[in-house]
Amino acid sequence: MIDVNVSLGPWPFRRFPGDTPSDLVARLKRRGVTEAWAGGFEGVFHRDTSAANARLARACETAGAGFLLPFGSVNPAAPGWREDLRRCHEVHHMRGIRLHPNYHGYKLSGAAFPDLLRAARDRKLIVQLALNMEDERSHHPLMRIPPLDPEPLPKALAEAPGVKLVVLNRMRAPAGEALAALARAGVHFDLAMIEGAGCVGDLMSVITPRRLLFGSHSPFQYFEAAVLKLKESAITGEDEAAILSGNARRLLQSE
Amino acid sequence: MIWDLHNHINGLPGATPDVHMENLIRFADRMGIERICVFMGYPFINEPTPEQLRAQNDQVLQALAHWSHRAFGFVYLSPQHLEFSLKEFDRCVRNGPMVGVKLWVARRASAPELDPIVEAAASMNAVIFQHTWHKTTGNLPGESEPADVAALAARHPGVPIICGHTGGEWETGIRAIRHLPDVYADVAGGDPTNGFVEMAVRELGARRVMYGSDSPGRGYASQLAKVMGADISEADRKLILGENLKRMMMPILQRKGIRV
Ligand SMILES: [Zn+2]
Repeated sequence: MIDVNVSLGPWPFRRFPGDTPSDLVARLKRRGVTEAWAGGFEGVFHRDTSAANARLARACETAGAGFLLPFGSVNPAAPGWREDLRRCHEVHHMRGIRLHPNYHGYKLSGAAFPDLLRAARDRKLIVQLALNMEDERSHHPLMRIPPLDPEPLPKALAEAPGVKLVVLNRMRAPAGEALAALARAGVHFDLAMIEGAGCVGDLMSVITPRRLLFGSHSPFQYFEAAVLKLKESAITGEDEAAILSGNARRLLQSE
Repeated sequence: MIWDLHNHINGLPGATPDVHMENLIRFADRMGIERICVFMGYPFINEPTPEQLRAQNDQVLQALAHWSHRAFGFVYLSPQHLEFSLKEFDRCVRNGPMVGVKLWVARRASAPELDPIVEAAASMNAVIFQHTWHKTTGNLPGESEPADVAALAARHPGVPIICGHTGGEWETGIRAIRHLPDVYADVAGGDPTNGFVEMAVRELGARRVMYGSDSPGRGYASQLAKVMGADISEADRKLILGENLKRMMMPILQRKGIRV
């Protein structure tokens, strides 16, 4: 089982059970995870993402070499982001990066986002785009993060053909035909923040299971939610295997 | 044994309450949930008129007609229509098959109009469920905060009251009800944020924490995960998944001769 959506480091507003790297690794392994793609909470909040990414890479190596794959944070609205991207790739040997546009303060409609998509594509890096981190109704009242509008995504994608894009923490949007079109264009989606009774089955009525990835958003969320969602929608056999690991494996191996 | 405190017959495909129930129970079965509490009909209305309340309660009565072996009904009341609500309580609970009261967002729970409703419910040992949220984005005018439930509960010592969603933003919600031993925390209807159930057990004790989902708007999966994934003892997990709700309901179930 490959969990494509875990995070290391401190969240500013609470501690989570199992939020140290070694504890997280132990918990994930106990639950049958064989590999986890790890971003860093520091990369969401710190301006010095270069240092945050270096710490993330070190923590993955120390607590989970061969198990935790670091996905560094790159902020294309910040000066020097191309150097961050280069270090993620060439220094830390990361397989991908993670983006937080609403926390970093840029829209998907500007030039920075497709620029970054192209630069990541040219390095064959997977790009994880986190649409949300937390329900906006529960944000700290003095640090409210505006929701991210995913509407410009198709246009940005057209400007960076061939990029390996994974959307994390999709809640309700994009939906319907917009969602179906993104999946047809090769975009993958994780299960961490979709909701509703039978939500995985509902999602599979819009997009093929080959575009779905198992992601838990742990330790922010209880890991069990993602597992139980598959059970609730009675996902079994080939579909289950694809979602649990096959699709992620293919994405890692594809050129 | 899993009993789910918080379900609706709104949000799944189906033209009738019976079809809604079929769809809900299909998912509940997959998750090993024995019984579900159901309240409110469709569509959701923030400030329902007496006619709308009656129609929605009729939908729940219809749902119970074929599913009383799996579901319990709570009557949807509004303190905006107090006289009607007391009559509706008699129709659906005192003289009907329902076993609880659902209060939503028409008026804050701290308002004095709640008192006669709580007294009526207490006279029958009916379960009292009050929705609450503590929204950074702002509550509806009549939408209760956990602090409103605390104010209500302080006026009715000894009467159990469930703080629905525990405020959604549960860290504030748990603290708001912590000092009131008869106020219970509903874990339903928010993202499965890690640590919710652990904090509730630590601050309230497991006997004051209840599993609910708010299905089908929320999945059984994400909401069960809060309890299944929590770092708590197996004994506490059992209390939260159903034993607490059963203990709270036994007096009214026995009174009505409902066997479980
Ligand atoms: Zn509800």
